[in-house]
Amino acid sequence: MAAPTLPAGAVLQPRKGTGFRQFKSAFATVAIVGAFVAAAVPLVALVYYVAREGLKVFSWEFLTTDLPFSQRSVEGGIYPAIIGTLIITVGATLIAVPLGVMGGIYLNEYGARSRFAAIVRFLSEILTGVPSIVMGLFIYTFWVLPRGADGFSALAGSLALGALMLPVVIRTSEEMLKLVPHELREGSLALGSRKSRTIRTVVLPHAAPGIVSGSLLAVARAAGETAPLLFVIGATNLVNWDWLSGSNTALSVQIFGNAASPFVPAQERAFGAAVTLILIVFLATAIARIVTVVYTRRVSGAA
Amino acid sequence: MPPAATAGDTITRVDLTPTQVRPPEVPADPGPVPGREVVFDLSTVEIFYGEARAVTDVDLDIARNEISAFIGPSGCGKTTVLRSLNRMHDLTPGARVAGTITYHGEDLYGPKVDAAEVRRRIGMVFQKPNPFPKSIFDNIAYGPRINGVRKRSELEGIVEQALTRAALWGEVKEKLKSSALSLSGGQAQRLCIARALAVDPDVLLMDEPCSALDPIATARIEDLMEELKETLTIVIVTHNMQQAARVSDRTAFYTAEADDNGRRVGKLVEYDATATIFTKPSDPRTEGYITGRFG
Repeated sequence: MAAPTLPAGAVLQPRKGTGFRQFKSAFATVAIVGAFVAAAVPLVALVYYVAREGLKVFSWEFLTTDLPFSQRSVEGGIYPAIIGTLIITVGATLIAVPLGVMGGIYLNEYGARSRFAAIVRFLSEILTGVPSIVMGLFIYTFWVLPRGADGFSALAGSLALGALMLPVVIRTSEEMLKLVPHELREGSLALGSRKSRTIRTVVLPHAAPGIVSGSLLAVARAAGETAPLLFVIGATNLVNWDWLSGSNTALSVQIFGNAASPFVPAQERAFGAAVTLILIVFLATAIARIVTVVYTRRVSGAA
Repeated sequence: MPPAATAGDTITRVDLTPTQVRPPEVPADPGPVPGREVVFDLSTVEIFYGEARAVTDVDLDIARNEISAFIGPSGCGKTTVLRSLNRMHDLTPGARVAGTITYHGEDLYGPKVDAAEVRRRIGMVFQKPNPFPKSIFDNIAYGPRINGVRKRSELEGIVEQALTRAALWGEVKEKLKSSALSLSGGQAQRLCIARALAVDPDVLLMDEPCSALDPIATARIEDLMEELKETLTIVIVTHNMQQAARVSDRTAFYTAEADDNGRRVGKLVEYDATATIFTKPSDPRTEGYITGRFG
């Protein structure tokens, strides 16, 4: 076979049409950077504005004193709302995460393609789309009203937020369990491990980081929810450590109430509460991430 | 085969089979060989996925302390048969086994048989090394822990013994606490063998254990199989005919043929001593395959 004849001149130089290709490349770069800036600007602006307004009143005293009885008062802090938010959110997490993870395990490991699993999956999808205020009304009707004046409690708030988180946790868990390689399950079963043990010792540890991340997003969203809490936790100016009974309050509810106030001290308190809420969510996310990383290292033995 | 003639039978049966066409093979049953203890006995085994028949006509027995190799082209059902031997097959939705498979004389698919118990006795090594994302120690200790071994000192003994048997101890004894995922492919496969050995199985099923490994790692696994056969029974599925010829005592050749409905169904063609299969196979299809004329 004859060797192909090389074209005369330099063969390694760019071909024709390179100029247009370079133009397309530059255009795409600009578009991508532009999209990033467009997405980042509102975020930065929001944090900047909230911080600028909120930090005027933000102090240790602001975090640790009870709410004032008058919206006009410049005294007082948001301590009861911080405690309320923490209790309600932790309570909601304790309700929704175990249930949701178990639901995800059922859907992926046991139900799989069964009819019942399909129904559960469909209903949980619908539940994801239920507006949060409707969830509040639901808890108000079925939990708060039957208990009369004693119905308001942090627990009622946890139930409402938990119901909001539940479908998200179920879906995330199912998706994360789906990603666990089939070979790992087979490896465990081939050693004579039963299904439940395989799920506990091989499947769940492998899916844990993803489940934690997903649950965390649900928790962070729930912590900022106002609507479902408005009519189920009551109202108070004093700190209430009791999860099960007594009116409570939350940062989101305080932001809502105070921001709508005509009085400047109340408006400033609303921004202070907003900064606090952002900080709490940020801290919770950071802690959970660290825990996940440490845990993953431990189970994978990569320490 | 002509039916046994009875007295008074007046009709003379004519053999219509053209002489140049071989009659349908019935895999030659070599009969009981003295000193050969049968571990698995498969007779008229058929395996289905839902309605589809995947493998049919499997009749063979697998003896103790022998290495049996399953060879054949893709889709011939050799892995399917292998997975039916420790009931891993059950995990595939819709999978079903017809015919009988006995393990030391006990029906493997009997109504009271516990699949988890079966798998504790019949270990398996997979095509792709699948170490758990845990430490090397915890990988090996996984099986013993299932069996209720809790004492650290006891576990340490088992782990060392299993890794030694799998010829991996020297390479990993200093780093038992590090992740099993840090091992190379060959090491990971030997770890998986050690993990299977740690529950002290009676049989080791290997599903193309070397197909993801380089020749050096493959050679190590093959040497290992030779040693393990002293205490175990090994069944290996391989695409590599040289490997089957090198390591196995007996070889089963499977092939896939279209049935009446045009669906391809795997079947056992021939099962015999490896030397016989590779030098004077009795079936032309076997000869065609091992000489590279098809498949």
